Amino acid sequence: MTDLLQPHAIGQDLVRRDGELKVRGTATYAYETPVEHPAYAHPVQATIARGRVTAMDTAAAEALDGVLAVLTPFNAERLADASDAEYAVLQGQDVGFRGQLIGVVVAETSELAREVADGIAVRYDEQPHDAELSADRPDLYAPEQVNAGHETDTAEGDVAAAMAAAEVTLERTYSTAMYHNNPLEPHATTALWEPAGDGFLTLWDSTQGVHPDRAAVCQVFGLDQEQVRVVCPYVGGGFGSKGLPHANVMLTALAARALPGRPVKLALTRQQMFVLAGYRTPTIQRMQLAADSRGRLSAIAIDVVEQTSKVKEFAEQTGVPTRMMYASPSRRSTHRLAALDVPIPSWMRAPGECPGMFGPEVAMDELAEELDIDPIELRVRNEPEVDPETGKPWSSRNLVRCLREGAERFGWSGPRAHRDGDWLVGTGVASSVYPTMRQATSTANLRYEDGRYVAEIGAADLGTGAWTILPQITADALGVDVADVDVRIGDTRYPVASVAGGSSGTNTWGSALVVAAREFRTKFGADPRDGDEASGDVDQAAQDDTHSPYAFGAQFVEARVNADTGEIRVPRLLGVFGVGRVVNPRTARSQLIGGMTMGLSMALHETSAWDPRIGQVANHDLAEYHITVNADVGEIEAHWIDEHDPYVNVMGSKGIGEIGIVGTAAAVVNAVHSATGVRVRDLPVTLDKLLPGLP
Amino acid sequence: MDAEITLRVDGEAHRLTVDTRTSLLDALRERLGNTSPKKGCDHGQCGACTVLLDGDRALTCLALAVAHDGAEITTADGLAPAGELHPVQQAFLDSDAFQCGYCTPGQVCSAVGVLDEFERGWPSHVTEDLTGRPEMTSDEVAERMSGNLCRCAAYVNITPAVQQAGGAR
Repeated sequence: MTDLLQPHAIGQDLVRRDGELKVRGTATYAYETPVEHPAYAHPVQATIARGRVTAMDTAAAEALDGVLAVLTPFNAERLADASDAEYAVLQGQDVGFRGQLIGVVVAETSELAREVADGIAVRYDEQPHDAELSADRPDLYAPEQVNAGHETDTAEGDVAAAMAAAEVTLERTYSTAMYHNNPLEPHATTALWEPAGDGFLTLWDSTQGVHPDRAAVCQVFGLDQEQVRVVCPYVGGGFGSKGLPHANVMLTALAARALPGRPVKLALTRQQMFVLAGYRTPTIQRMQLAADSRGRLSAIAIDVVEQTSKVKEFAEQTGVPTRMMYASPSRRSTHRLAALDVPIPSWMRAPGECPGMFGPEVAMDELAEELDIDPIELRVRNEPEVDPETGKPWSSRNLVRCLREGAERFGWSGPRAHRDGDWLVGTGVASSVYPTMRQATSTANLRYEDGRYVAEIGAADLGTGAWTILPQITADALGVDVADVDVRIGDTRYPVASVAGGSSGTNTWGSALVVAAREFRTKFGADPRDGDEASGDVDQAAQDDTHSPYAFGAQFVEARVNADTGEIRVPRLLGVFGVGRVVNPRTARSQLIGGMTMGLSMALHETSAWDPRIGQVANHDLAEYHITVNADVGEIEAHWIDEHDPYVNVMGSKGIGEIGIVGTAAAVVNAVHSATGVRVRDLPVTLDKLLPGLP
Repeated sequence: MDAEITLRVDGEAHRLTVDTRTSLLDALRERLGNTSPKKGCDHGQCGACTVLLDGDRALTCLALAVAHDGAEITTADGLAPAGELHPVQQAFLDSDAFQCGYCTPGQVCSAVGVLDEFERGWPSHVTEDLTGRPEMTSDEVAERMSGNLCRCAAYVNITPAVQQAGGAR
């Protein structure tokens, strides 16, 4: 247990410090770095889904005026470490998925680089590919573990026996679509190798973590950390896709190495982002629930099938939330993967929890309907005293409070469905959850400089508000006005910081800043001199592992479905969350409504239409891959309860970047069902799935 | 093939040579170093590259620079002198109408265009009475701002920001 920081600056509704730059457009993103005489790179991509590049005709391209370099698997330098097949760009001739990087052209202008890259003739030895996920493939396998180090399978009690003995059982299969992160800023890098010496590389890269980015680049190129600097003050969104570097970063560094002293810029096109920047795997979730007539669960099980790439394994931990969400004596979760000739899946906002709270939360709604119990009451009846997975007490668990307060605010009581002219109206609810994490490594440096406190930490702000809230935390740790504190982030010249991922940034970096501030006060007292300096490491902050730390929430949706056309509108979305202490209500609210809106988008608008015949996303642009636009949203409200959690960290804060997207899609499906009587079990909910069942 | 053109950007005239394939967006970003308009899709699908082109909001990724010789362009950076903010920019700050900021200059320019379109009485797809002046309702604003995608999804803050700026005019 920790004595929480006394909040003064924490909790204040402060305007973003980077706001003025952003509304003018003068915040500098990676591609925009002002550099002398840049060259422009454009990738060459494989046009087959599987096989081998046998020849590339680059002679004409190389002879063109303005072309500076053409790199292919046949002439590119050998990388120091090619063990990560995603990063081993141009190291071999094998093609593992359509669109894989097989070359790069660097030229004086972006137009020329693109023209030349598109014109290079490539000969292949093409082989048949296998790119279709299904739950009955004979070659499904169990990975060694799933993302974030979770166990692949878990089992407790006897689900089959409980299913056989139960008064009520439910067995259903749910599926979620393939989704692409699609941050508005395409993945982009400006790279510069110093022209002389033993090699110094600067990367201005769009990344959720300059330090993890640098570590990966050093590994691949065989460089020491001191030889590489990564800079990224602003990130145009990431949602997980910039959490780990992708092949484009290595390709840009490789291209720049061919032109020492010349900065090289490479931004992926929107189409390339559907191939090279990671995505959320489609999931197939078989759910089993067993309950007594009062709705008390005796079994809960989820068996997940999803895909990975033969090139590199990524196993989304979709079954994980089922392990801890509700009380039940018998429980099972499994993950099976199909390894396909497809691009490499990766992190997308709330990997695991986001898809993994779809099946279970729709299943709970179906069970409530079966039992004729209010869906909120059903959840309340299955509230676990302790974490069912670990047996540990919760650091704080306020799901029921969120459900009750949400019901009150939303106006849940009374009939859930009615007809309003041509519109069928219904309401739905679902629970949210996200683990509260703190990473093991982060260090902050704090210096007194010209009468101000200056903290440095290599953290990232992808729109989350880190530029604004880290000074709030530092100010309270020092006991000074927030206006007297500067925090500098986004550069490996500042001390090591963990990735902005797993909703752990504030928890981790804030903890390090507090340790640094306390160390500073211990060393120098209340009246420091110019240049006084101290540092703090998150490792030194007490880590409580006796409690199970999670944030919980409840999402409420009103859906309207046109009885004639099946058109679906969501005029109201309301969430109540228990996320510990909120550092800045303004930026927190934006993150929560942003997550909820992305959940609405997942429910109704987004799907990557995969064509297994050619191994490609057919709708690979923003006209056809629909994301929710302004006219698609109605009222969206995010609230949080007053929650005191002394076990998570010294700020008492839980992560808020991801929980907003968790459960939203299930709440939409449940509302659409209450409006229409049609239960859609495969996302997204589109009118073609509703029309046959409308009254 | 190259062509020499003149662009007046944020009040300053520039003489520059462009490839005839160069989009207005790339001319601004890669030739003139004005990176206020952003490239999100390069296909006119996201709105991040929106500027005011001869007074109207326009997608610079869908315009060829060579076709706009002599054009007057205002980017989000040119809406107000350094150190000051345009009412739309102030409203975006007040409403926290952005997170990552990448779509924001396009949203801001689009909003300035929208307010001007209201002023001129232009109807939209959701305007019911085509004979009167459209009211600046949230439905009207949301409809008119829907060409500007925001993946951080600040929409419910963007709409009131535009209305606030509209009321302040």
